[in-house]
Amino acid sequence: MFEAALSRLGRMGSFLWAGWSGLAGLALLAALWQAGHEAYGAFILPSPLETLAAGAAILSDGRAWGVAMLTCIRAVEGFAVSALAGAVSGLAAGYFPATMRLARPLVTVLLGVPPIAWIVLAMIWFGSTDGTVVVTVVVAAAPLVFVGVAEGVMTRDRGLDDMARAFGAGPVQRLITLGLRHVAAHLFPALAVALGMAFKVAVMAELLANVGGIGGELARSRANLDVAAALAWVTIAVAALILVEYGVVHPVRSEFERWRTAARPWGVRR
Amino acid sequence: MGRQEMSVLSLSGIGHAYFGRTVLDRIDLDVQPGEMVALVGPSGCGKSTLIHLAAGIVEPLRGTVAMACRRHAMVFQESRLLPWATARDNIAYPLRLAGIRAGERRARAEAAARRVAFDAVDLDKYPAELSGGMRQRVAIARALVVDPDFMFFDEPFTALDAALKRRMQDLVIEAARSAHFAALFVTHDLMEAVRIAHRIVVLDSAGKGIAGQRMLPGEPGTREDSDVFAAVQAFLKRDPLFRHIHDVDERRVA
Repeated sequence: MFEAALSRLGRMGSFLWAGWSGLAGLALLAALWQAGHEAYGAFILPSPLETLAAGAAILSDGRAWGVAMLTCIRAVEGFAVSALAGAVSGLAAGYFPATMRLARPLVTVLLGVPPIAWIVLAMIWFGSTDGTVVVTVVVAAAPLVFVGVAEGVMTRDRGLDDMARAFGAGPVQRLITLGLRHVAAHLFPALAVALGMAFKVAVMAELLANVGGIGGELARSRANLDVAAALAWVTIAVAALILVEYGVVHPVRSEFERWRTAARPWGVRR
Repeated sequence: MGRQEMSVLSLSGIGHAYFGRTVLDRIDLDVQPGEMVALVGPSGCGKSTLIHLAAGIVEPLRGTVAMACRRHAMVFQESRLLPWATARDNIAYPLRLAGIRAGERRARAEAAARRVAFDAVDLDKYPAELSGGMRQRVAIARALVVDPDFMFFDEPFTALDAALKRRMQDLVIEAARSAHFAALFVTHDLMEAVRIAHRIVVLDSAGKGIAGQRMLPGEPGTREDSDVFAAVQAFLKRDPLFRHIHDVDERRVA
């Protein structure tokens, strides 16, 4: 028990420690940004510090939190629906090849239509409401989850299925102990991509549908030619995404992927 | 007829085909309680298919499989361990399927690991961290953990080197003697068959029934190496039943 707690603490420590390299990457981006600022001036590209200051100013105002929350809630709502719908239909398609043959072209169509076209359609159908944003997010993100899960099911090791059958496992037991466990490894990368997509599309839909949120604020900054505020809002949107991804998606995934880490030679574990 | 009723595994009139191509036909085979039967035959004769049918992994097209055992277990050619589970959880997997509590699972998995001489410090490792021999030890422990009275072995030691193979065979002989389980052991290695079995059954090279069988003198595990070697030589040189045993047809994989 103590050992398990200790190993968990160790893994958490190494996860947090890995944050430094992430921070280094962000610092590199900031350096490029600063160089751009110095070359083109504050009007075209405000400096990172200015942007951070603008962001802090925005966030010190209580209303801004509500705006950011609104976008987060819409993105996460759409993400949750896509995750559920994509995972369920992906499982069905993976286990039943006929479904897969029907679904493949549909997925190609869904992924091929640009999100901007969906926004226009959703605006016509739902008007300027939350529904427009959530539907656009679902249409953009669900196929990603679907493909990930279906691939997962199709790449499962049938030898393990046979093994379980030899030990008397029924179809439901095989699905729970083998199928879902294998699919999880494919599901989490797909979820991470879908989550990023959800935030991006939510902001875009808000901007175009004029329904408030971070997208709405971006539209206003553009109208006022306030580049610093626009960049600040972008930064806030990215920060929210990073928070959700590294706070939820990655810890859950690493819990499922412990055996992969164990398989790596010791030198490259981190 | 009395013999039939006693047998723990009884295959009668088994036939199977893949995509219309018959791979097995008219197979009748009985295994008595506590008996280790080695099933040999040239590669591609359908022995692997036959054991899959007997173990209930595949439904036979014709004929019936009757099992009179409490619990059966199987060891495969590849270890077939769950890559995401530790050695301990892999050994306990059949117990999990049987709905046994976690605490008891743990204790029984550790006991099974001891029976195959699998080091307790390695129980928390994942299959990727184990060597081929250790993985196969885990696979045998996984089969022993359910306390079976019948075991299926599908060429379990083919991928191991000679010394390791011998050690694993001794392990199976010892486990069979102490737990007194019957077994069907598919192999293409006649030496292995002679070492571990009470009886050798030779499958027809085209899967058309059983070509014949030979009882082996003495108990497995008590035979001298020189006797085993002499028996194998005698089978290969003088016994027409084993004439095609080393024929290889690489196009036919069954």
